Amino acid sequence: MASASQIAEKAERDDIRSRWLLSALALLIVLLAAVGPLLIVVVYSFLTPGNYGDVKWQFSTDAWVGVLFERDVFDDTLSIAGAHLSILWRSASLSVLTTILTVIFGFPTAYFIATRPEHRREIWLFLITIPFWTNLLIRTFAMQEVLRNDGIINSALQLLRVTDHPVQFLYTNVAVLLGMVYVFLPLMVLPLYASMEKIDFRLVEAGYDLYATRFQVLRHIIIPLVTPGIVAGSILVFIPSLGAYVTPRVLGGGTNLMIGNLIELQFGQGRNWPLGAALSIALMAIVMVALLVYVRNTSRPNGGHG
Amino acid sequence: MAEHFDVRRQTGFATVAMLCFLLLYLPIGTLVVYAFNDNDSLAIWKGFSLRWFHVAWNNTLVIESSIRSFQIATVAAALAAISATMAAIATTRTKPYPGLTFKYAFINQPLMVPEIVTAVALLIVFSRIKIWTGYSGLGYLMAAHTAFCVPFAYLPIRARLESMDLSLETAASDLYATGWQTFRYVTLPLLWPGILAGLMLAFVVSLDDVVITEFIKSGGQDTLPTYMLGQLRRTVTPEVNAISTVFLALSIGIVTAFFFISRKRT
Repeated sequence: MASASQIAEKAERDDIRSRWLLSALALLIVLLAAVGPLLIVVVYSFLTPGNYGDVKWQFSTDAWVGVLFERDVFDDTLSIAGAHLSILWRSASLSVLTTILTVIFGFPTAYFIATRPEHRREIWLFLITIPFWTNLLIRTFAMQEVLRNDGIINSALQLLRVTDHPVQFLYTNVAVLLGMVYVFLPLMVLPLYASMEKIDFRLVEAGYDLYATRFQVLRHIIIPLVTPGIVAGSILVFIPSLGAYVTPRVLGGGTNLMIGNLIELQFGQGRNWPLGAALSIALMAIVMVALLVYVRNTSRPNGGHG
Repeated sequence: MAEHFDVRRQTGFATVAMLCFLLLYLPIGTLVVYAFNDNDSLAIWKGFSLRWFHVAWNNTLVIESSIRSFQIATVAAALAAISATMAAIATTRTKPYPGLTFKYAFINQPLMVPEIVTAVALLIVFSRIKIWTGYSGLGYLMAAHTAFCVPFAYLPIRARLESMDLSLETAASDLYATGWQTFRYVTLPLLWPGILAGLMLAFVVSLDDVVITEFIKSGGQDTLPTYMLGQLRRTVTPEVNAISTVFLALSIGIVTAFFFISRKRT
């Protein structure tokens, strides 16, 4: 006869098995159309480019060398690939600047929402969520119209007599930066709000009781309390900025490329799929490092959760 | 101190917040206003007119790509919501078991990889499969969209499940309901708002996708966003504004519905 503990054990095993069966469909979909193909990208980054796109099944590390170096056609020497380096540098610096600017604008906005009376917060949050769920392409296109030479910013500048001829915003790094701040700002505000909502304002009162100024309260009480939110928001903004494709394509024209556009180029005109694959894996590696930093930051005993 | 001292106030924060809200809505607002412009170019306002909406409506490419977008989004959202519901039931309201964290990470994986990388990966795999099988229909786009919609459907369903305690389901099985009856008459009605929310999020996310679709579509398979991206390369007429305005109204409608559905929960 089976003892009670054996029966319980069997029930638990059955439960776990049926839980695997239930999740199988979702896992299979993600495996076939997301995770699996990523592994094949790794394989492709070690092959030789085919003549008309695609690859030849011949092992080669040229693609990985090509991420940072270029081979001289005549004497086969390697030199730093200046074009790639400047694109990588632009991607990194624009993404960092985007993150910083979204913190500067997003922090007061999230704080403003979190300090509204409870029944009004939802409406303000809703106003942040709407642009978040609006098509990214449409928002980028809207930004393009605003920044045009005959767009409303230039019209306003001329009306205010700041300048007599239009300032060229479009197809510059500034346009790409403004566009990314614009499209990614909600991604910063939402996690910031989530951690600000939990602030215990008795701590702030205690600060004022001890004669702290408003700035000191902000610096030594509020900011430390919402650090997890700042980190979460920064990760959420930094990752899509680094991989941005639509925004630099629409606002940067053909000249202000970022990694995303460089990758696309390898699969289009460049006809160098292995190089495109290597660049993709490199991009993903940077993102994974950023995520690891985030996980370590939030799993610290005092880190809380953003 | 005689006057009221508000501990929550921070100097200048409200001003920056108002500026942010203004800047978030100014470009979208301009875009919508100029959709009604009675002029061939975007620059000069010539008076109110609906003619660009007529132009867009009579443009077969716009209508065809819209229908295609809807077909893909419907299939992807439905498949994602079904598989996400099953996965959410399998990963909540249980003590930790081996593989639970793995499942959670795996299902959310599409959220963590930059879209361009997934796009490249799918381009490589699907172009092989196209050569092997000769099939080049919408199936590829539907499969890709389903995969990146799964986490968006999963998150609200999971959140809803976690707020439901097991007592009603236990009561049902105490009254000799079968597993299916318990699910059909107890779990599903309670979970429904979560599923609906997941379905709508997945639908909007699929409808909005540009990058992955742009990479893996075959010739003549433009969706509305990729069609618009192509148009932005040329001289833009207010027709693009008109299409965007309709698109915007639709997304805002869905998100507003989502807002009210998830609000009822609390």
